[in-house]
Amino acid sequence: MNYLLLIYNNEAETMALGETALKKMMGEYTDFTKSVVQAGNFKAADRLRPVSSASTVRVRNGKTAITDGPFAETREQLGGYYLVEAKNLDEATAIAARIPGAKYGCIEVRPIWPPEAY
Amino acid sequence: MSANAVSQVIEEIFRREAGRVLATLIRLLGDFDLAEEARQDAFAAAIEQWPSQGTPSNACAWLISAGRNKAIDRIRRDKLFRTKIAGELAGVEGGIEQVIEEDDAEVFGDDRLRLIFTCCHPALNEEARIALTLREVCGLSTQAVARAFLTSEETMAQRLVRAKKKIRDAGIPYETPDPSVLEERIEVVLAVVYGVFTEGYAATAGAHLIDVELCTEAIRLGRLLDALLPDHAGVLGLLALMLLHDARRASRVSDAGDVVLLGDQDRSQWDRGEISEGLTLVDRSLSIRGQVSTYAVQGAIAALHAKAGDSASTDWPQIVGLYEVLLRLQPTPVIELNHAVAVSMVDGAARALDLLDSLAARGRVTQYHLLHAARGRFLQQLGRLGEAREAYSTALRTATLEPERRFLAARIAGLQGICAPPVSG
Repeated sequence: MNYLLLIYNNEAETMALGETALKKMMGEYTDFTKSVVQAGNFKAADRLRPVSSASTVRVRNGKTAITDGPFAETREQLGGYYLVEAKNLDEATAIAARIPGAKYGCIEVRPIWPPEAY
Repeated sequence: MSANAVSQVIEEIFRREAGRVLATLIRLLGDFDLAEEARQDAFAAAIEQWPSQGTPSNACAWLISAGRNKAIDRIRRDKLFRTKIAGELAGVEGGIEQVIEEDDAEVFGDDRLRLIFTCCHPALNEEARIALTLREVCGLSTQAVARAFLTSEETMAQRLVRAKKKIRDAGIPYETPDPSVLEERIEVVLAVVYGVFTEGYAATAGAHLIDVELCTEAIRLGRLLDALLPDHAGVLGLLALMLLHDARRASRVSDAGDVVLLGDQDRSQWDRGEISEGLTLVDRSLSIRGQVSTYAVQGAIAALHAKAGDSASTDWPQIVGLYEVLLRLQPTPVIELNHAVAVSMVDGAARALDLLDSLAARGRVTQYHLLHAARGRFLQQLGRLGEAREAYSTALRTATLEPERRFLAARIAGLQGICAPPVSG
């Protein structure tokens, strides 16, 4: 199965990290990504720009409304993702727990819904 | 054998083996609903065939193999379904030969353990875990599970459907967890079993203080876990704790359905068989090195009560000490409250009241009726009757169980006569 691991962190806290701490975190991410690629679970991953750059689109009664900001204002924001292939939820959550961001924020684990299973 | 005798045999086998047959069918078919239908088909086939063909020497293996074949037929008949799970079907057929060879208690045992871990998966919400375990592992009807949760059968059926859908869609595995997370996962399972027990022991709302069926199921689950995970400190401790509580069941409620406090219980009614088994299990659990189970510590406390002839001869200092151990392992308000009650028996009500006031000052349990009930009792013992009445009244406002409400109302009424009128002016 494919799972999307969504990384939620508090952006302000991440921004406030000093240079050394930030470098250390980046190093952790590089190591983690390498290990997921090597294990064969890796499908895709990206870091997202801060939510200040986000826009939200809604269409109501045929009219498109675009608003500034993310879908929901919460303490933590979606900051990046990994798309991984795992044999079941236990493997996916074990990978999620190894994402460096899991220590600071949280990781939402969402199974991908393949079209043939609709 | 006459048809009547055969149907009796089948009934007996159903009672004993239905859980095992289902667990293995779920593994083979990878789907709860399909497995339930297959089991039903298998027993129907047994009723049809066994009277003429004779009862097979290994009924369990026969039923599993019949169930799986019926499921494959069912999948093949359903053309719409067919394209969708053609791949899965190939997998199922591949496993056919294997299962008949696997007629081995260990394999069946493993399947039941897998099923327990699936039903108690942390990705399911707590209510869903308990409901699924009662339905799929204990084999209770949806109606019986609904009764346990004080909800309608329809609501419960929907909840079970949602839980099974989550298992399917999220890919919750049908597996014994990886050794690296096994202990955490066992803790979740134990919490579910204890949840079933406490749900039965003190139903959270409504008129009945004890739902015997749930207590019995929880103890049965505890025994099953002990058979599947032998010599596990947590499993032994939990089973001991449940047995020691259950031993007091008959004396906890009067004939009129009223609460009887531990100190006032008729100890001749306690179940000596359960107590002696519980005592042995507590010792076994505590003697396992490197694992101290909170259930075993609670069991040890229950054991001290069980061993004492009455409240006065109870070893309260040791109980206080055990609560202190427990507070280090699991600092929860409920344990703090129980600790305070034990302290009142050793150091008196004034010291216990201080502990409760410090607990209440941290604001964690102001809505918990037993805290106010205990405060009322301590205040009463200290002769502060007006405050005692106030505390009992607060407890009464937050209590939901009818017998507990009657108990508190009686306490208040008892104070009415001896209470000085409020000072006016």
